[in-house]
Amino acid sequence: MSNKILQKKALIPGQTSLLVIDAPQIAKKAKPGNFVILRIHDKGERVPLTIADTDPEAGTITIVYLVVGKSSALLETLKEGEIILDVCGPLGKPTHIEKCGTVICVGGGTGIAAMHHIAKGHHKAGNHVVAIVGARSKDLLLFCDELGGFCPELLIATDDGSSGHKGFVTDVLRDRLEKDKDVTEVVAIGPVPMMEAVAKVTKPFGVRTVVSLNSIMVDGVGMCGACRCNVGGETRFACVDGPEFDGHKVDFNELRMRLAQYKNQENESMDLFRREHGN
Amino acid sequence: MAIKKKFNPIRTPMPEQPADVRNKNFKEVALGYSREQAIEEANRCIQCKVPLCQKGCPVEIDIKSFVGHLAAGDVPSAYRVLKETNALPAVCGRVCPQETQCEGSCILGKKHEPVAIGRLERFVADTFDSDSACEMITGHTACSLPNDQVKVACIGSGPSSLTVAGYLAARGVPVTIYEALHEIGGVLVYGIPEFRLPKAVVAREVGALWAKGVTFMPNWVGGKTITIQDLIDDGFDAVFIGVGAGLPWFLNIPGENLVGVYSSNEYLTRINLGRAYDFPNYDTPAPRPRNVAVIGGGNVAMDAARTALRLGAENVYITYRRTQDEMPARLEELHHAIEEGVQLELLTSPIAINGDENSHVKSMTLQVMELGEPDASGRRRPVAVKGKTKELEVDMVILAVGTGANPVLLEATPGLNLSKSGYIDANPETGETSIPNVFAGGDIVGGSATVISAMGAGRKAAKTIAERLKVEL
Ligand SMILES: Cc1cc2nc3c(=O)[nH]c(=O)nc-3n(C[C@H](O)[C@H](O)[C@H](O)COP(=O)(O)OP(=O)(O)OC[C@H]3O[C@@H](n4cnc5c(N)ncnc54)[C@H](O)[C@@H]3O)c2cc1C
Ligand SMILES: Cc1cc2nc3c(=O)[nH]c(=O)nc-3n(C[C@H](O)[C@H](O)[C@H](O)COP(=O)(O)OP(=O)(O)OC[C@H]3O[C@@H](n4cnc5c(N)ncnc54)[C@H](O)[C@@H]3O)c2cc1C
Ligand code: SF4
Ligand code: FES
Repeated sequence: MSNKILQKKALIPGQTSLLVIDAPQIAKKAKPGNFVILRIHDKGERVPLTIADTDPEAGTITIVYLVVGKSSALLETLKEGEIILDVCGPLGKPTHIEKCGTVICVGGGTGIAAMHHIAKGHHKAGNHVVAIVGARSKDLLLFCDELGGFCPELLIATDDGSSGHKGFVTDVLRDRLEKDKDVTEVVAIGPVPMMEAVAKVTKPFGVRTVVSLNSIMVDGVGMCGACRCNVGGETRFACVDGPEFDGHKVDFNELRMRLAQYKNQENESMDLFRREHGN
Repeated sequence: MAIKKKFNPIRTPMPEQPADVRNKNFKEVALGYSREQAIEEANRCIQCKVPLCQKGCPVEIDIKSFVGHLAAGDVPSAYRVLKETNALPAVCGRVCPQETQCEGSCILGKKHEPVAIGRLERFVADTFDSDSACEMITGHTACSLPNDQVKVACIGSGPSSLTVAGYLAARGVPVTIYEALHEIGGVLVYGIPEFRLPKAVVAREVGALWAKGVTFMPNWVGGKTITIQDLIDDGFDAVFIGVGAGLPWFLNIPGENLVGVYSSNEYLTRINLGRAYDFPNYDTPAPRPRNVAVIGGGNVAMDAARTALRLGAENVYITYRRTQDEMPARLEELHHAIEEGVQLELLTSPIAINGDENSHVKSMTLQVMELGEPDASGRRRPVAVKGKTKELEVDMVILAVGTGANPVLLEATPGLNLSKSGYIDANPETGETSIPNVFAGGDIVGGSATVISAMGAGRKAAKTIAERLKVEL
C-alpha cells in the first residue's frame, strides 16, 4: 500500500477536500461505515476519517475531510502525488445493511460524504433510499450529484434557503416520515447536534435510527477506551463496537463534553501551526 | 562451597538519576553499570555447582555461564550465552521482575543480597553491539541462508512475536510481522515509559531483527486489514498470534466517563506512542492535571503515576485496595515511585468519581478497606470497613485495573477456540491453537503477565514451527 494521493479535489476551497488514496488492501476489505486512521507526519497524531467510497478494482479509497484544526490543516497541505505517512484500516464495524424496504439517509456538512457510502450500500442491497442532505448554504453541499445518481429521492435543506427547503434537515425528515409510515430505518451522519435532533424527530415515529459517533480516538482498535460512549446506560467503545449506534440510546451530552476535552491544546496547536505557516 | 575472601554481601549499587531531578524528566532512571562495576558485581557470583537462578528464569538463561564470562571480562561470550535463549536481553534486564525470578532463586539471597543478574544482563546487552548477534548465534557471517520455500507470519509486534521472529529468522525462515499500530514493539513502545525502557533500546533490538530479514508491516490490523485465513491462503506455513491483552478494563463506578478519567492504556499511549510529553512539538495532546489518582498496584499503575509526576502534577496518589506488601509491581518500580514523591493511599477502593458543573473530575470517593481472610491467590482479601469512606480531591483519575483480551482479531477468526475468560486456548507444550499451524502466545493466551513469559511462549511456538518446517538447527 503506497498511501499515495492519486487525486485531490477541493470541494469547498480551503475547507473541505476529497482525496483518492492508493490503498489496495483497505479498498478490498472496506465496507460502508468503516473508517481509517491516518498519520500525516512523524510527529503527528492519529486522525480517524470515514471511508467515503472505495474502488476495489483500482485499489483506492476516498476520504473527505473538513479543516478544523492542526491535523486536518496539515492534511490539506498535501498535494496529489504525495504520500500519507500512515493509513490504517478498515476500522470499526461496518453498517448493518440488509434488504429492508425504505431507508432514509440523512447527512449534514462533511458527514454527507460518509453518509454517501452507506446510502450506496443500502441502494446496492435493493432498498429504496431517500437521501436528505443539509448545509448552511448551497455551496457547502457535498455529493449531491453522486447521491442524485442512485437515490430515487434527494431532498435538500439549507439554512439560508439557497437550495431546497429553507431550514433544517430535521424539518424535511419529519415531513417525509409523516407522509410515509413504511420507513424502516433512518441513518444520520453529521454534526452531533444534527444527529441528536434527528434521533429526537424519529423517536415518536418509532423508526430505528442509526447514528455514527465521532468520539475522540487514539488507537482506533479497542485498546485505550478514549472513544467510549454511553449507549443505553452501557459503556461502549466507538472504534470497535461502533461507530454506529442506536440513536435513541446515545447520551449525546456526554459525547459533546468528551469531544471538547482538548479544546485548549487544540487551539494552542493550531495557533502554532498558523504562525509557522504565516497566516 | 567456599565463599570468596573479598565477598561483598551488598550488591553493587546501580547509578541512578537523583529522585528530585528525574521526577521532572523522561530520561532513563537507572543509568547502567560501568564496566568496572559490572565485573565487580559479576565476581560476587560464587559459580554454584547446581545453580538455582537458571531455574528461576522463565527462558532458562544459562546465568552461571554468562555471569562467569562477564566476571572474566569477556562480554562477547557473555552476550552469546544470553542470546542463545533470550532474544531481547537489553529489554529483560530492565523490566523483568527479577526478585521473583532469577534473583529470587539466587543462593546468595538466603543470607545476603542476591547477584544483580538483571543489571548484569542489561550491561552485557547494552555493551555488545547487537548487529553482530547473528554471527554470534549461528557462526555464519549472515544468518542461515534465507529459505524461500517457507514463510511465517506473526500478528502483533510485542515481545512474544519478536521472539518468534528472531528464532525463526536465525534459521533462515522469512518472517512477516503485522502490527496494528504505527510503531513496532507492543507494550514495550506504547506502554512502558521512556524513563524505564528507552525507545532506542527497543529500536535497536527491532533493528537487529530487520537486519536478519524480518519484514515489518505496521498499520495492518489482524482481523480487519488481513485475516488469518487470508494469510493461510497467501501461503504462510504458520501464523503466530501475539496480540497481547490490550482491552482496558473499567470499574463500572459512577463518573467513569467524566472528562479527566483515563484508562492507563490511553494515558500511557498518548504519552509514549504519541510522545504527548513533548506537546505541542508533537501533535497528540495529553492532560496536565494538578492532582492525580491512579487506581491499581501493578507496574502499570507505577508507570502511570511516575509519568504524571514528570508532567508536572503536584500530587500523585496511588490508591490500592490492599497494602504495600501485596502490590504486584516490580519492587524496584515501587521504591522508585515512592522516592520520586508518589503518595500511597492504601486499603482504599474507589466507589465514585465526582464531577463539577462542566463534567470535569473534581474528586473521588474511596471506600476504606481492611485485610480479611486469605483468598484463592493466597493474598489476604480486602473487605470494606462499613460506613467508612474518604474523599480525595483530584482533577484526574487513571484506571490501572487490568486489561483483557481484545476481540478484534478473535471475532474475525472462526474456529479459534477461546477460554472462558476470552483468551486464546493454546496447547501449553507447543503453543498451537485449535486451528492447525496457527499458534498463539504471550498475554493473549494467559492474560497480562510479563515480558519474559511472553518471550518464553514465543520461543516454544517458534521451536514447534521450526521442527514442523524442518529448519531446526
Ligand atoms: C470514526 C470517525 C470518523 C470521522 N470521519 C470524519 C470524516 O470523514 N471527515 C472529517 O472531516 N472528520 C471526520 N472525523 C473527525 C476528525 O477525526 C476530526 O475532525 C479530526 O481528528 C480533527 O483533528 P484536527 O487536528 O484537525 O483538529 P483539532 O483541533 O485537533 O480538533 C477539532 C475537533 O475534532 C475532534 N477531534 C480531535 N482529535 C480527534 C481524534 N483524535 N479523534 C476524533 N476526533 C477528534 C474534537 O472534537 C476537536 O474538538 C471522524 C471522527 C471519527 C471518530
Ligand atoms: C504499562 C505497562 C508496564 C509493564 N511493565 C512490565 C515490566 O516492568 N516487566 C514485565 O515483565 N512486564 C511488564 N508489563 C507486561 C508486559 O509488557 C506484557 O506482558 C508483554 O508485553 C506481553 O507481550 P505480548 O507479546 O503478549 O504482547 P504486547 O506487548 O501486548 O503486544 C501486542 C501487540 O499486538 C498488537 N495488536 C493487537 N491487536 C492486533 C491486531 N488485531 N492486529 C495486529 N496487531 C495487533 C498491539 O498493538 C501490540 O503492539 C507491563 C505492561 C504494561 C502495559
Ligand atoms: S531474563 Fe529475566 S529472569 Fe531471566 S535471567 Fe534475565 S532478568 Fe533474570
Ligand atoms: S480509540 Fe482506543 S479504544 Fe477506541
